[in-house]
Amino acid sequence: MRNVLKHLTSKSRRSAWLAFVVLAIALLALPFFTDALLGHGWVRIMDFALLYIMLALGLNIVVGYAGLLDLGYIAFFAVGAYCYALLGSPQLGLHLPFWIVLPLGALLACLFGVLLGAPTLRLRGDYLAIVTLGFGEIIRIFLNNLNAPINITNGPQGISMIDPIRIGEFSFSSTHELFGVTFPSVHLHYYLFLFFTLLVIFISLRLEDSRIGRAWMAIREDEVAAEAMGINTRNIKLLAFAMGATFGGLAGGLFAGFQGFVSPESFSLTESITVLCMVVIGGMGNVSGVLLGGILLIALPEALRHGSGPAQQILFGKTIFDPESLRMLLFGLALVTVMLWRPVGLWPSNQRRRELAVENNATQL
Amino acid sequence: MTTPIKFDKNLLELSGVTKHFGGLSALSNISLHIRHDEIYGLIGPNGAGKTTLFNILTGLYQADSGRFTFNNTEYSGHCKPHVLAQAGIARTFQNIRLFANMTALANVMVGRHLRTSSGIWGALTRNATARAEEHAIVQRAHDLLKYVGIDRPHHTLAKNLSYGEQRRLEIARALATDPKLLALDEPAAGMNATETKNLKELLLSIRASGITVLLIEHDVKFILGLCDRVAVLNYGKKIAEAAPEKIRCDPAVITAYLGTEPIIPAQAEI
Repeated sequence: MRNVLKHLTSKSRRSAWLAFVVLAIALLALPFFTDALLGHGWVRIMDFALLYIMLALGLNIVVGYAGLLDLGYIAFFAVGAYCYALLGSPQLGLHLPFWIVLPLGALLACLFGVLLGAPTLRLRGDYLAIVTLGFGEIIRIFLNNLNAPINITNGPQGISMIDPIRIGEFSFSSTHELFGVTFPSVHLHYYLFLFFTLLVIFISLRLEDSRIGRAWMAIREDEVAAEAMGINTRNIKLLAFAMGATFGGLAGGLFAGFQGFVSPESFSLTESITVLCMVVIGGMGNVSGVLLGGILLIALPEALRHGSGPAQQILFGKTIFDPESLRMLLFGLALVTVMLWRPVGLWPSNQRRRELAVENNATQL
Repeated sequence: MTTPIKFDKNLLELSGVTKHFGGLSALSNISLHIRHDEIYGLIGPNGAGKTTLFNILTGLYQADSGRFTFNNTEYSGHCKPHVLAQAGIARTFQNIRLFANMTALANVMVGRHLRTSSGIWGALTRNATARAEEHAIVQRAHDLLKYVGIDRPHHTLAKNLSYGEQRRLEIARALATDPKLLALDEPAAGMNATETKNLKELLLSIRASGITVLLIEHDVKFILGLCDRVAVLNYGKKIAEAAPEKIRCDPAVITAYLGTEPIIPAQAEI
């Protein structure tokens, strides 16, 4: 019996490794495939998708794990982006290296996370949502107006000519020739963002299945009971805000370096809502679900933008509806449909399976 | 100085505890003490202040005045629930408050939170210390689930357990915090005769393992058959505190539960 079990686990381990290698190759080759099959614009869309996935994973810690509804999450993205923009552009004349600016942006966002968390500890549900909404708007309005009397953020014009992401002599903004393969800038950014996304996924998964993760979920399920069980809800909630904000700040820094330009209008409430949609539609509290949500919400509008024109040509012989306006209509319809048919999200967290794995480990050890 | 004095027989002492909600006096001048290793019952009609007292003991409410000493430490000021849980008071709730979308096992594992210490770093690196701690948590949770008699697979979601199992799961979760005092708010509510009997055995076994039990209950028969001492509350006042057999024939208690004998008019008008 024991041997059978051992055999099974070694077999499943081997297949897991195989799946891992296949997935890794697929992810590395993906930009070249999309380039060849779909066109040049798509790698850039994928880069943005990865940034949004990072954001969604960060928000998932706050909303999905700890159950704290945050409608101003994009503010942390803004903090990270502006931190990078201010310290690495002609705006203030500072040109600090990437590997200092990026962690600094994440750290600053983390600080803002605690700053937002501290006064809202006693609030729950709708009330928390309103305060976080206000926080998100305050940050945006600050960025909009901090151009007078001293010009810090350059107001609505935003900050341009931001230093590209550069590690040592290796700049991500120019095309490189490596091992006989040409890597355009968007491809290089793809690999960089992929690395950070995988890092965020790893951290999320590790935290989910830990003492801290359980405490977050306990607070989500019943805060009073969690407190009665000896969880210091203040610290654990602040930790959730801080972790979520850190990921937001990280994504923000990468965004600024990638885009080369930031302005307050990139950080509107709509962006917060979009990220929240990714978390909710994908499946709150489940990393795979959030990944799916992120990919869908970025890919679907783009696919509709590119696909609805030709589709109308085939169906009706001419373009009746403007693809630009049709795409948001269809997109909204898709969201409503998902929420009607699968209110828990497309891929909800499967706690049961996870706990089963824990139990098996326990019997093995 | 800080080591608890072993020979002190009172685990918990309340003196002159008062709580008002606006003009309503929920508790007035309550004094009582609970000894080590006893089962202490708290009964009284609806609205007598039992749950209010419970919430003060577990930090959900703050008393307006009075002293509250537990395990030779004073907790009279503003004490958070998690501080009291740390001190060794664990509770269950009158209307079950489990972590519904977590598994039975995870519910109990949450109870181990305050006796374990691994943080972010341990979670991310999964070093030897963190793994050993996690393994101990899982093991302990399985043991506790068995102890309270949940035979169902331990990865069943808490919300999918039967009512009686949910009640017992709450007890298991509370026991996971290694309490000195286990405070149960109506644990037998809604249970049938067999379940009540099993619960009684469970509580006796918990007491035998060295945990003091405080019990609120409506089922007077259940509480009188189980407790070493019983206090009776009525309109926020303690009207009696004695061994069960004495409580049974206390005139003040009988009056509180059954009312006073109505004064029958000498000549009934037809």
